[in-house]
Amino acid sequence: MSPTLLFFRRLFRRKLVLAAALVLLSLLLGALLAPWVTPFKPDAMRLARRLKPPSDVNWLGTDEFGRDILSRIIFGARASLGIGAAVVAVSMTIGTTIGLFAGYFRRLDAPVMRVVDAMMALPDILLAIFLVAVLGASAFNVVFALSIVYTPRVVRVVRASTLVVRELPFVEAARALGVSTRRILGVHVLLNVASPVLVQATFIFAYAVLAEAGLSFLGAGVPPETPTWGTMIASGQQFADDAFWVVLFPGIAIVLAALSLQVLGDGLRDMLDPKLRKAL
Amino acid sequence: MWLTLGRRIGGLIIVMLLVATMVFFLTRLAPGDPAALMLGDQATPEDVARLRAVYGLDKPLLVQFGLWLKEVASGNLGQSIFLQRPVTQALAERAEPTFFLTLFSVSIAALIGIPAGVASAVWRGRAVDQIVSGLAMLAANVPSFWLGLILIQLFAVRLGWFPVAGYGDPGAPLADRLGHLILPASVLGLVNSALITRFTRASMLDVLNEDYVRTARSKGVSEARVVLRHAFGNALIPIITVVGLTAALLVGGAIVTETVFGLPGVGNLVVSAVLRRDYPVIQGALIVVAAVYVLINLAIDVIYTLVDPRVRT
Repeated sequence: MSPTLLFFRRLFRRKLVLAAALVLLSLLLGALLAPWVTPFKPDAMRLARRLKPPSDVNWLGTDEFGRDILSRIIFGARASLGIGAAVVAVSMTIGTTIGLFAGYFRRLDAPVMRVVDAMMALPDILLAIFLVAVLGASAFNVVFALSIVYTPRVVRVVRASTLVVRELPFVEAARALGVSTRRILGVHVLLNVASPVLVQATFIFAYAVLAEAGLSFLGAGVPPETPTWGTMIASGQQFADDAFWVVLFPGIAIVLAALSLQVLGDGLRDMLDPKLRKAL
Repeated sequence: MWLTLGRRIGGLIIVMLLVATMVFFLTRLAPGDPAALMLGDQATPEDVARLRAVYGLDKPLLVQFGLWLKEVASGNLGQSIFLQRPVTQALAERAEPTFFLTLFSVSIAALIGIPAGVASAVWRGRAVDQIVSGLAMLAANVPSFWLGLILIQLFAVRLGWFPVAGYGDPGAPLADRLGHLILPASVLGLVNSALITRFTRASMLDVLNEDYVRTARSKGVSEARVVLRHAFGNALIPIITVVGLTAALLVGGAIVTETVFGLPGVGNLVVSAVLRRDYPVIQGALIVVAAVYVLINLAIDVIYTLVDPRVRT
């Protein structure tokens, strides 16, 4: 059996992890294929059918402009998951690089970690809302702000693992053989800290989806006319007394996405970290 | 012990200095001139120049930073642009709901999380464990603002058990105002119980495998006493940490919930400051929230030494 197949077989041995992966996959496919799978255009307004409850035409009901909520949720997945994925990519790249250096070079360690401590003294959403306020509300700036918020977490994880890997005999052997520091860090150490980084990536993806929704809800996220799960709840809340579905369903989409990412992350961690598996 | 404490306080001062530096320079990333922003579109260049001089904005950036830092260190967080009063006063006026909301939320989170975590560890792998772990996972991934909106619909709008929003009349008795916090504190308590549950479970599992727990069992100590006294007593330190950190992060992290419930707290102040670009208020709030975080961390360290004699040496 190929290593990839073995990997997935072991990962999906727990049915819950498999279910989470399937939910995530369908959300991603929905986001990618949105124009072809949605029953309506996301911004098609039909004021005659505003705030209609779920029916066989509009499965999840309609919003205050008569737009189809299901279609908007599927299109919203593009922005919500897209921003989440971008945050993961940026914070992983920068955080892993900084973490490797901080863990490997003793002299960098203390100053880098003090900055990390300072950044983590500010609650996620507060730091993010501050940055968006300074930079202006746009999808790009939300990604930028959330990447700054989550990079310190990655730095912590990578630095801690690097401190351990640095002392292992094979690194010493590589150094003795005259392998360049760049190669030791970029290949030998990196590959050995990859699993905690991968686990962290799924968690940060979940946090970023939740945080993006929170920022959009506060009006400090993407512009309100872009359908994301957060903006849908924000614009729907004043109609919630008469039409709870306007608020209910986008929230369920957020929970589904974040929850399945978290379950998948837990599954990965249990599989990749033998020490933790024992504790379960 | 005093030496460690002194070193910790030194570290905290450095962290606060870094926070202040970040807050100051990140604010300057904002496009446009702060003075022009304050005065709006109608301002003449002379007006802008005058205001720049008043706020010291015409001086070199590092000089500005030094002056600002001196003011902050002496407790002056500047003047709000829109509220016509010092930032410290604006923050103090909004402190009460945020303080009680944090206190109630952490209490609820701990009251749910600690027993659930202990039960989950004691009956590891059984139905209780699976249900508790599943619920904790769910709670951690529910956006608090959404849960707030749903609970408002259910318990306030439809059932009428709680007020829909707000903090009551400022002249009303304290108990009346605190009644407005039941629903928001339940939301935050529920969402934040997840982390406490997971930490309690993990640290109880660690301790339950220790030799002294086996010794206690083998000499016939009752199971309840083994769990509650021998194990829980020793698992307390990580639990105290996570409860303390939850409290520290809630002070600023509750901003979304405060907005949903229309509570006139610090979070609400920050959100309106963000929407109006009232930078002195945002900067001040960030520094105060970070200071609270850092102080709670210090308090956790002090509690350690009181709870665990091993740390004292």
